[in-house]
Amino acid sequence: MADLEEGFTLTAVPLGSGPDGPLGVEQSDKTDQFLVTDSGRTVILYKVSDQKPLGSWSVKQGQIITCPAVCNFQTGEYIVVHDNKVLRIWNNEDVNLDKVFKATLSAEVYRIHSIQGTEPLVLFKEGAVRGLEALLAEPQQKIETVISDEEVIKWTKFFMVFRHPVLIFITEKHGNYFAYVQKFNSRILSKYTLLLGQEEKCVIQSFSTSVGRKFISLMSLTSDGCVYETLIPIHPSEPEKNQRLVQSQLLKSVVSGSARSGAALSILDQDHVAVLGAPRPASKECLSVWNTKFQTLQTSKELPQGTSGQLWYYGENLFMLHGKFLTVIPYKCEVSSLAGALGKLKHSQDPGTHVTPHFVNWETSQGCELGSQNSEQSKRILRRRKIQVSVQPEVPASTQLLATIQKDSEKHIEVELRKFLATKRTPDFHTIIGDVVIGLLGRCKAEPSFYPRNCLMQLVQTHVLSYSLCPGLMEVALEKTDVQILQLCLQQLPDVPESVTCACLKLFLSIGDDTLQDADINMESVSDYMDPVQDGEMEEQTTFLQNGFNPEEDNCDSCAQKLKEKPQAAADESTSCPLTPKRAALLNAILCSAYSETFLLPHLKDIPAQHSTLFLQYLYFLYLKCSENATMTLPGTHPPTLNQIMDWICLLLDANFTVVVMIPEAKRLLLSLYKFVKSQISICSELNKIEVSFRELQKLNQEKNNRELYSIEVLELF
Amino acid sequence: MGEFNVHRVRFFNYVPSGIRCVAYNNQSNRLAVSRTDGTVEIYNLSANYFQEKFFPGHESRATEALCWAKGQRLFSAGLNGEIIEYDLQALTIKYAVDAFGGPIWSMAASPSGSQLLVGCEDGSVKLFQITPDKIQFERNFDRQKSRILSLSWHPAGTHVAAGSIDYISVFDSKSGSAIGKMLVDRQYMGVSKRKCIIWGVAFLSDGTVISVDSAGKVQIWDSATGTLVKNHLVSNADVQSIAVSAQEDSFVVGTAEGTVFHFQLVSVTSSSSEKQWVRTKPFQHHTHDVRAVAHSPTALISGGTDTHLVIRPLMEKVEVKNYDAALRKITFPHRRLVSCAKKKQLLLFQFAHHLELWRLGSTVATGKNGDTLPLSKNADHLLHLKTKGPENIICSCISPCGGWIACSTASRFFLYRLNYEHDNISLQRVSKMPVFLRSALQILFSEDSTKLFVASNQGSLRVFRLLEGGFTHLHSFQPQSGTVQSMCLLAVSPDGNWLAASGTSAGVHVYNVKQLKLHCTVPAYNFPVTALAIAPNTNNLVIAHSDQQVFEYSIPDKQYTEWSRTVQKQGFHHLWLQRDTPITHISFHPKRPMHILLHDTYMFCLIDKSLPLPNDKTLLYNPLPPTNESDVIRRRTAHAFKISKKYKPLLFVDLLDEKTLVAVERPLDDIIAQLPPPIKKKKFGT
Repeated sequence: MADLEEGFTLTAVPLGSGPDGPLGVEQSDKTDQFLVTDSGRTVILYKVSDQKPLGSWSVKQGQIITCPAVCNFQTGEYIVVHDNKVLRIWNNEDVNLDKVFKATLSAEVYRIHSIQGTEPLVLFKEGAVRGLEALLAEPQQKIETVISDEEVIKWTKFFMVFRHPVLIFITEKHGNYFAYVQKFNSRILSKYTLLLGQEEKCVIQSFSTSVGRKFISLMSLTSDGCVYETLIPIHPSEPEKNQRLVQSQLLKSVVSGSARSGAALSILDQDHVAVLGAPRPASKECLSVWNTKFQTLQTSKELPQGTSGQLWYYGENLFMLHGKFLTVIPYKCEVSSLAGALGKLKHSQDPGTHVTPHFVNWETSQGCELGSQNSEQSKRILRRRKIQVSVQPEVPASTQLLATIQKDSEKHIEVELRKFLATKRTPDFHTIIGDVVIGLLGRCKAEPSFYPRNCLMQLVQTHVLSYSLCPGLMEVALEKTDVQILQLCLQQLPDVPESVTCACLKLFLSIGDDTLQDADINMESVSDYMDPVQDGEMEEQTTFLQNGFNPEEDNCDSCAQKLKEKPQAAADESTSCPLTPKRAALLNAILCSAYSETFLLPHLKDIPAQHSTLFLQYLYFLYLKCSENATMTLPGTHPPTLNQIMDWICLLLDANFTVVVMIPEAKRLLLSLYKFVKSQISICSELNKIEVSFRELQKLNQEKNNRELYSIEVLELF
Repeated sequence: MGEFNVHRVRFFNYVPSGIRCVAYNNQSNRLAVSRTDGTVEIYNLSANYFQEKFFPGHESRATEALCWAKGQRLFSAGLNGEIIEYDLQALTIKYAVDAFGGPIWSMAASPSGSQLLVGCEDGSVKLFQITPDKIQFERNFDRQKSRILSLSWHPAGTHVAAGSIDYISVFDSKSGSAIGKMLVDRQYMGVSKRKCIIWGVAFLSDGTVISVDSAGKVQIWDSATGTLVKNHLVSNADVQSIAVSAQEDSFVVGTAEGTVFHFQLVSVTSSSSEKQWVRTKPFQHHTHDVRAVAHSPTALISGGTDTHLVIRPLMEKVEVKNYDAALRKITFPHRRLVSCAKKKQLLLFQFAHHLELWRLGSTVATGKNGDTLPLSKNADHLLHLKTKGPENIICSCISPCGGWIACSTASRFFLYRLNYEHDNISLQRVSKMPVFLRSALQILFSEDSTKLFVASNQGSLRVFRLLEGGFTHLHSFQPQSGTVQSMCLLAVSPDGNWLAASGTSAGVHVYNVKQLKLHCTVPAYNFPVTALAIAPNTNNLVIAHSDQQVFEYSIPDKQYTEWSRTVQKQGFHHLWLQRDTPITHISFHPKRPMHILLHDTYMFCLIDKSLPLPNDKTLLYNPLPPTNESDVIRRRTAHAFKISKKYKPLLFVDLLDEKTLVAVERPLDDIIAQLPPPIKKKKFGT
């Protein structure tokens, strides 16, 4: 349904124009910005959504603007004509119109037209037309006369028909109207005589056009208040001959004939026109929207302070003068249904319609795949056609990207990839990304020197990849010992197989410190609890007593005696991190990745004893860090959780116990681990006891409720 | 509307039995459900999931398998070794055939529907031919060494997969010879279990066999080579059931932990056409074993030991996002198990094998809204009446005076005379039952307890006159020629002149009891009737349908009443139409003819016909208005539907007199407490 929304005033200051209204409202090269030309000396650029002026330019006192300012869409400059013959061209930076480019022409200008996609046109009062470029090259060139004497241009419009500019202008001579259609691809000027359908002569007040397939539809609003339509052929059969066109009545009595300040008409879309004027002789002026198909009034809005009989329509906004202010009324026409037209769109108001909850549809990717197959198929058809008529088919961005990957340089691929990622994501985005990665890896394998690290990083960070989408990625990274990519993969891919996780672990434990030094590793997970300066030794020993766990507390067995001998050393060992922060960050990525114990255990057995001891030490250190606070968590962003740490300790010990137990330096570690496992077991058993007691309590509670098998209650129904 | 004293009864110790099998029929969009006590229920999924038919259970007839064949024919097989076909028109068992293979564990109908295959305890697989009126044994397949727990036909009907213990056999269905054997790994998480029971198999048209077993595995096999293609470990406990969609693009499995997993055939990458079974969605709607699953085109259906039937729509398959897209959980039967003698304040409860008679207590105190009143006399358990024989009770009724109790099983009809002498109660069985009175689908006493109406299997309605110590057969209304439609619901007018009866699908018939002839038939409606009642004085017949519509039909005028037309014109409130349990009982206020009482499982409603109807903008479920609000506002917001959701789940609500209501509740917790404990999952220290 066509709908006029609440309007708003554009100019806070009244235009110094008087009753004539502004000269014109024209689009600028930016959406939402419009050039308003006063009938006096001023041009103002407005941003409509903000309702505020962005710039204002005036000509000198004594000069007068005679033609509304337009924007040259090709250069972004503004063009205006003052004193009929003087052309001014300026841009946003210019302040004073006196100092900008000036060209004096040899004939009087009626209007400058500018639309997107072509150069501006200058229409002279004598009916001649020139392109702006040609005119500026020789401003004083001779301008011929096209229309006869006493013929006056009443209205003009410039538009594109199938990419070719077409100018139409209407002239009047002694009450007769003529339409001229100038086509620029063939340089043909056709002239038509408009025959009014009714007997008595009446004045046409306003025109508007729209372009159809074969005809230009010219609508006119006459002084008797009716709207007439004239169809002008786009491709006239005999262009040189003067032809006659009959007007047909479209709407009757939309405005009263005797309007004080005239009426205006604007075509909104295929079926809707906006009419400005007073519907009855005595009534206030109105803006009304009519449906020409059903000849019904769709909506109207009263303008009590009067208007000027001028109406502009751009995008979704109608511009008109209301009182002394330029007013914008947004117009919307939603797709209408019969029910909607009858005012019975019941379901839209039905409070019972439930919004369906969000759910994951596993079949979307299948659907998309089908879609892409279809598009492929259609592409094939297109290609076949290309042989015949050589039409360039549009290749999807992903296919282009895949082609780029196969041959171009690393730099170029990176640029292309960034472009691709910036575009809107389609539902099958993840599969395309998977294909891209596979393409990159394929080339890596073929050319050993090719390793597009940045691209891979970017792709992994799209958060849509999974291991199964790009199986070779981590293998290649392992080969190149690229710890950074490996860390990213472990963090981002949800389904890294255990063997690969374990290979990463081996690499992270064995890689040299100097190599790590150069690697750019994300330290997020360790930054908060590990200072690179290693001030851990300064930490108070008492800090980890909070959780009730104390390695010195002699509740274990005689082995603890040994611990007691070197309590300070033990404390040192447990509070200072056994690893460099970078290595710790890498290991954290391993700790946080998903795994299944069954598959991980066999691989863990292959880790050398030294490394597994080191890893155990680190895990123990993390555990102690965890115990430092009441919530049993590590500080920082995305640190490993206590459960993850515990599980890994168990796994490592399960896999390597016989080896670790033989290493003398691991002995103390094992002892302390034994102790904390013992404490964990007691905690768990206590928790289980509590759970059971709670269940009993719950049962008791239920029984209490159930005991009231019968009661008589009072109930009041309202 | 006024205050009521509500007798809140929670001593009806009803426990539904667990669901053993479900079978979905795509043609009629109906679902057959069998329970562990042998009861078989038919749900009409198109009629708002209404339980439109049921076959009473039998102690020795534990169903282990249920299937539809030859279109609309329903078969079951069980541990007594018999194959049973049900008569869906007469609601009886058509015949039972012994398969002579010991207990039957599995059954499958061939894709064409003309053959039936059963898997027996002795390892035999027996093929039966389905003839128009019976089944006929045709051939034994190669005998296996242990019981056949699951069977599945290849969609082309050429091969059969049979799940046994530790292995799956593939048979050629033409010759009956075993052509393949797939051994299932007994190992579970590295620990060798004693046995691996194949609880379910499914044969797909590309030759893939999917099996579910007691080790928690869902395995995908290639039947041509006998190799394992993919193994999904989904549970620590048994995976007990599997169902595949008709398109073979998704299947559903149910586990002993109460979880239901949805698997879908999803393509691996965008470029290849290779597809893979992926475990997509887990659902946990059950607390106990999911013994049976079914896959309708738009929903996953599951049922198990916890007695709920759960229908979970697949959101991507649901086209209209309306209330049908909501999860359904059906726990209670859609029929009445309680009857009430209003004058004596007696309640009769129907269990599977016995009846209980209770007398309500009383109070002398008064109170305001929400008070619980002190009891001057508690409720009494008067009688525990056990039926003889293994059959479940189909229906029961107590006469309004409390002097008669009638009940029926599938083969016997019982009528008892009760005498009350002070606090003593004496019971006397009326012997000498006429031969034609063997079983009843519905029993009803007239308001003055002088007549007994019995709806029997073959569609006939019998009228008896009750005399002290005996009864005489007065008349039998025979069904219209050509129909064998069983009547399931009866209603009699309080003046005893009119009798209304409704079948499973045909319209409601109204009989004139005085003149003993058919008076009229209410215009047919698309949805089955869920409850019927005739109002006093006006003789208006109130009918509730499974789509939650309520009609009022004037019997003397033979047309819908003005109020009913108004309701239909304006339409019910959308929340009323969205309720998901049917109305199972209708009764009337003894003093106010404008009031109708109806209830479903989660609310009861007193309709005051004199008040304006609620429209979609008004609040249907009125909260209690604050006391300080003036009467004017209260009157303005008042509408005809006075709803209370205080008592739930409700099995029965009735008006004893103008100030007293009785509400029989059955809290779910009480039911759960009587179920075996679920598999315990340790929360800490695993």
